[in-house]
Amino acid sequence: MVEFALPANSRVQPGKVFKAGAGAKRIKLFKIYRYDPDSDANPRLDTYEIDLDACGPMVLDALLKVKNEIDSTLTFRRSCREGICGSCAMNIDGTNTLACLKPIADIKGDAKIYPLPHMPVVKDLVADLTVPYAQLASIKPWMQTQTAPPPDGERLQSPEEREKLDGLWECILCFCCQTSCPSYWWNGDRYLGPAVLLQAARWIHDSRDEFTGERLDALEDPFKLYRCHTIMNCTTVCPKGLNPAQAIGSIKRKLIERTA
Amino acid sequence: MTTRTRPLSPHLQVYRLPLLAVLSITHRITGVGLVAGLVVLAWWLCAAAQGPAAFNAAQDLLGSPIGLLALFGWTVALFFHLAHGVRHLLWDAGWGYSLPKAYVSGKAAIVVTAALTRIVWIAALA
Repeated sequence: MVEFALPANSRVQPGKVFKAGAGAKRIKLFKIYRYDPDSDANPRLDTYEIDLDACGPMVLDALLKVKNEIDSTLTFRRSCREGICGSCAMNIDGTNTLACLKPIADIKGDAKIYPLPHMPVVKDLVADLTVPYAQLASIKPWMQTQTAPPPDGERLQSPEEREKLDGLWECILCFCCQTSCPSYWWNGDRYLGPAVLLQAARWIHDSRDEFTGERLDALEDPFKLYRCHTIMNCTTVCPKGLNPAQAIGSIKRKLIERTA
Repeated sequence: MTTRTRPLSPHLQVYRLPLLAVLSITHRITGVGLVAGLVVLAWWLCAAAQGPAAFNAAQDLLGSPIGLLALFGWTVALFFHLAHGVRHLLWDAGWGYSLPKAYVSGKAAIVVTAALTRIVWIAALA
């Protein structure tokens, strides 16, 4: 349902300010969303002064610097620090991206960092991703077949058939796109969202999968698929340069083609 | 263990909508505006059918500065919705999903809106 304002318990309050030490020359302000589930307080926006001369180049470096040197209670997900695990997805400078791939130098003015938008917050920058994971499971993201595989090897694909999966298999499930989509904000309980639909397309276009029809049946629904209005936020934010909007369009086309 | 409801992370409050998203919401807003415009159009046609007195009153109201401003808004809305609707048709036909193409078609929709609105109002005020 469309609700523009945040619920009362979610409104962000002003927070603490952590000053940089004396001698810091190149100071940048990092304003970071904080929420402590163990207190009754609303979320707040804490300000950390960071000396860029003593910090790595990426936003993730700044977050790690805060956690290691200034405030160890800051909580966020991170792992690979090179854009392949998808853990550090968050809203940085008004757009969703991976903290490890976002150069601090690209941010004009103060760096504002929030969790992935319109999601329940577990703590600080950690969003609860239970629903998108359940939605992903619902599209059965694995190969489904009825015929037995060849006894002497794998199920083969031609190079052309394999090419159809390019731009789909590379998704790292960071959910930057999923949580950038206004349609998903308003109808996230029923609309599957760009990340999950891109995965659905990945199996629909797989020549080895034998359940294409069932997959399309499952998506033929006013909400699951057709809440996509080609707003294109998904494609704009994808840190891997993928195109969920196009993948969703390809599913819609498949649905039309089979009725023609 | 606390059992309080988790807060909802900020969305519209903090999200900087890119041009493509602004065009999309404008498409919807102009669509709603055009429905209101249809009611006015129906009222104007009814006035025309009622006779010279009612029609003159309607013409006076629409010819007033506020009426002209509203009509201008509806022409902008009509042409934007039209141009952007063509963009949706192209997408449905499978064209224009890449970001560069989406920006080209989006800016083209703005240019077409401006051009058609200009032509109509030059013709209307001539």
